[in-house]
Amino acid sequence: MAQSAEHVLDHLELFRGPEYQQMLAKKKMFENPRDPAEVERIKEWTKTAEYREKNFAREALAVNPAKACQPLGAVFASVGFEGTLPFVHGSQGCVAYYRSHLSRHFKEPSSCVSSSMTEDAAVFGGLNNMIDGLANSYNMYKPKMIAVSTTCMAEVIGDDLNAFIKTSKEKGSVPADFDVPFAHTPAFVGSHVTGYDNALKGILEHFWDGKAGTAPKLERKQNGAINIIGGFDGYTVGNLREIKRILALMGIQHTILADNSEVFDTPTDGEFRMYDGGTTLEDAANAVHAKATISMQQWCTEKTLPYVAGHGQDVVSFNYPVGLSATDDFIVALSRISGNEIPEQLARERGRLVDAIADSSAHIHGKKFAIYGDPDLCYGLAAFLLELGAEPTHVLSTNGNKAWHEKMKVLLASSPFGQGCQAYPGRDLWHMRSLLFTEPVDFLIGNTYGKYLERDTGTPLIRIGFPVFDRHHHHRSPLWGYQGGLNVLVKILDKIFDEIDKKTNVLGKTDYSFDIIR
Amino acid sequence: MSLATTQSIAEIRARNKELIEEVLKVYPEKTAKRRAKHLNVHQTGKSDCGVKSNIKSIPGVMTIRGCAYAGSKGVVWGPIKDMVHISHGPVGCGQYSWGSRRNYYVGTTGIDSFVTLQFTSDFQEKDIVFGGDKKLGKILDEIQELFPLNNGITIQSECPIGLIGDDIEAVSRAKSKEYGGKTIVPVRCEGFRGVSQSLGHHIANDAVRDWIFDQLESDGKPKFEPTPYDVAIIGDYNIGGDAWSSRILLEEMGLRVIAQWSGDGSLAELEATPKAKLNILHCYRSMNYISRHMEEKFGIPWCEYNFFGPSKIAESLRKIAGYFDDKIKEGAERVIEKYQALVNAVIAKYRPRLEGKTVMLYVGGLRPRHVIGAYEDLGMEVIGTGYEFGHNDDYQRTAQHYVKDSTLIYDDVNGYEFERFVEKLQPDLVGSGIKEKYIFQKMGVPFRQMHSWDYSGPYHGYDGFAIFARDMDMAINSPVWKKTKAPWKEASRAKLLAAE
Repeated sequence: MAQSAEHVLDHLELFRGPEYQQMLAKKKMFENPRDPAEVERIKEWTKTAEYREKNFAREALAVNPAKACQPLGAVFASVGFEGTLPFVHGSQGCVAYYRSHLSRHFKEPSSCVSSSMTEDAAVFGGLNNMIDGLANSYNMYKPKMIAVSTTCMAEVIGDDLNAFIKTSKEKGSVPADFDVPFAHTPAFVGSHVTGYDNALKGILEHFWDGKAGTAPKLERKQNGAINIIGGFDGYTVGNLREIKRILALMGIQHTILADNSEVFDTPTDGEFRMYDGGTTLEDAANAVHAKATISMQQWCTEKTLPYVAGHGQDVVSFNYPVGLSATDDFIVALSRISGNEIPEQLARERGRLVDAIADSSAHIHGKKFAIYGDPDLCYGLAAFLLELGAEPTHVLSTNGNKAWHEKMKVLLASSPFGQGCQAYPGRDLWHMRSLLFTEPVDFLIGNTYGKYLERDTGTPLIRIGFPVFDRHHHHRSPLWGYQGGLNVLVKILDKIFDEIDKKTNVLGKTDYSFDIIR
Repeated sequence: MSLATTQSIAEIRARNKELIEEVLKVYPEKTAKRRAKHLNVHQTGKSDCGVKSNIKSIPGVMTIRGCAYAGSKGVVWGPIKDMVHISHGPVGCGQYSWGSRRNYYVGTTGIDSFVTLQFTSDFQEKDIVFGGDKKLGKILDEIQELFPLNNGITIQSECPIGLIGDDIEAVSRAKSKEYGGKTIVPVRCEGFRGVSQSLGHHIANDAVRDWIFDQLESDGKPKFEPTPYDVAIIGDYNIGGDAWSSRILLEEMGLRVIAQWSGDGSLAELEATPKAKLNILHCYRSMNYISRHMEEKFGIPWCEYNFFGPSKIAESLRKIAGYFDDKIKEGAERVIEKYQALVNAVIAKYRPRLEGKTVMLYVGGLRPRHVIGAYEDLGMEVIGTGYEFGHNDDYQRTAQHYVKDSTLIYDDVNGYEFERFVEKLQPDLVGSGIKEKYIFQKMGVPFRQMHSWDYSGPYHGYDGFAIFARDMDMAINSPVWKKTKAPWKEASRAKLLAAE
């Protein structure tokens, strides 16, 4: 018996011992296992070009896709508003999933309610669920706003949110003037970034365009403020705080739309804050008067940004700006739009990033990377790698579309380091597996699920993306701004150095190259 | 430390009743009436806990429950390692449930084992409009080509499938025939069915019956020689290796485990189970259906057991042995004896650190009752418990065998109620799920996830008990809980800001 009270062994060690290993070996006879030689043969076959071809010929099956569904993005956007409770109309299991998913990434509570539709609602529609649900949520959780979105169930049966909310108000579920913006967010269209877009647009429409016919539309009186939209972002806490710091440095009056940087980073001090921070509802309404709106992620605001532009604002979008040039562009745009000067402090921060890149460039230059993730993140990281002299050999985005592909091609063509690199829209991580076997790279950048690829292909994983379940607290550090660029650089460098050490740490074999100065 | 230890049963009862009344005040009248039936204070001698259960959740209250898909794909079918499980419908369901339950298995992932892969039909609008059956057929072909060593395929329906009228059964039959009789199991576990995960378990059990047992050839011989000591572990999902730390005890007492349902399980094990002499059932809630079916159809008796904590483990080993001859009965005694030193050492080390600490639980399946004994072995007291998706038979078992007089009972509790209960009762530990974890930790209350073992485990068996004790100790006695208040601020009791 290996277990003891003095040194308690859990799953990490317990099953490695002879007793369990023998037990598991004996279990095999009941499993009708495949011939080990055959398993080995197929394993090797999956690494071949032939397998890759069959794999890429897939038309119907998705294996390990790197995307989630719309309502997740809607919930993420909704909690970025002051005192806002996301309310997802449809089956309740979905909401349990969104809450778990967000909590596992941020290690924070995630509050959201469902209208708990079941079979009868599937037949008769979910109106009663909406009426009761809004009343219960309003009474129990005292929100300042309830932001409604939908699961695919409600979408398939065609529930009409506008009419349902109106009826609920007539029945007294919530006061007539209580804010209940809504967005249809079918899971079978787009991905979580689409849901973010739809929900945010729904909220802005609500405040700007007359609250579903219950109030006069706002008349835009332009002021000097700038709106910033972060987009769906696993680093929202660190990133939005960094953006706010930069805006403050530049003295720019601003509104962050969907500012969820507080609600996903509340302190442990004896109080549970179900709501915390967020864009105030007043600011959300007044955002219509801003001079311009900047989206940090183009593919998260494909509908929202044109909507904002339609109200007469200048709009600018970025693709998850990471690194030197992208941050330069962002800062210059801020200065251009606001008319404010760029303070010396930012020039110094920039200089420090250049300094760091210069110091370390030799270790990154020419290294090949595979990247996967949301379309903007992929673009931003690829652009940064190019300016580091690295090669983003494979750039894969399951929720990237044709337009993303075109834009990626232009980016890759723009740099000598992008030659021979390719972007893959609509592909999944099983495709990536084939790419890594047939055209190996030095490093892989992606979310937690990349650890399966790291195991299978031996490509070291640098965790940047969403979700990251198996590393803690990285969402608190920014990837944006010059400081964020430095953080990304350090993440990459740490992995590079760790790998060099791992390859040179065999005593008696590689006592050379195991250097203390690198 | 807690209030509970300094009060009489009558006082506790009165306080808990008052607490329920207070909580109900927040609701609109109709909701208060409905929720009142799910909350109670247990009274010794009653045959159940006096709460209604397995009833629809109320819209908008923040129920903690999941859906039928979660019960079928997430719980019952997902762990069967040599079959490919397709999350059939839009991408989200499969994505959110991908790899999160830690159903451990041994195999070559992606080649002959598929538990931690996410197979989905990733429905698009056109699939909703025109139906997904053609796509499903193609998906099955693609799986056959790219994952040729799979031993079977299941189709786990998401909400749209049942709404758009797809005939996944017809596709399954046709493809099974095309592939020479391959096991393909269509499962109608659309998320809107039923009121929780529970119906998904039932549907998944029925799918085993219809699409596996009923397809077996009547003279089908198992691939091994039967013995009089063959048993099957039913309802253990091998979370963190639970089924392994259980199996080892059964084998040490002389039994032979021929199947694990479903943690680290395989299609062959499911198929061989009708040859078992006894089905031993851990998670009654999720697998009593198939156990009853095997009893009726194949005459296999089943017995419930509990491998949490030494008291219940010893009781269960003897109970299981009672179905066999003296050799096994002696085996059970030998196993109990063998581990006694470990048990003594674990209790000697941890009980002094945990004695008198109070616990509130809210979990699913068997755990709201099954883990109580393990806490009591460590000198702790469970002062409140409830089921996410239990039925009345769960509450009967809880009342008759587990909870103490005046325990607070909450069925399908929601965020608001649970926070209020914890705030008022101030337990030393809360055991619940990921959605609850950070809420209570913010409030300064130590917490352990009791679905996933908070990424630890196993907790089953004697080996697991040592880990359980260690984990509860590290949660409750972590120095961090003394630091939640800034020294310049007055210490105050945990409270929640929302809904004040």
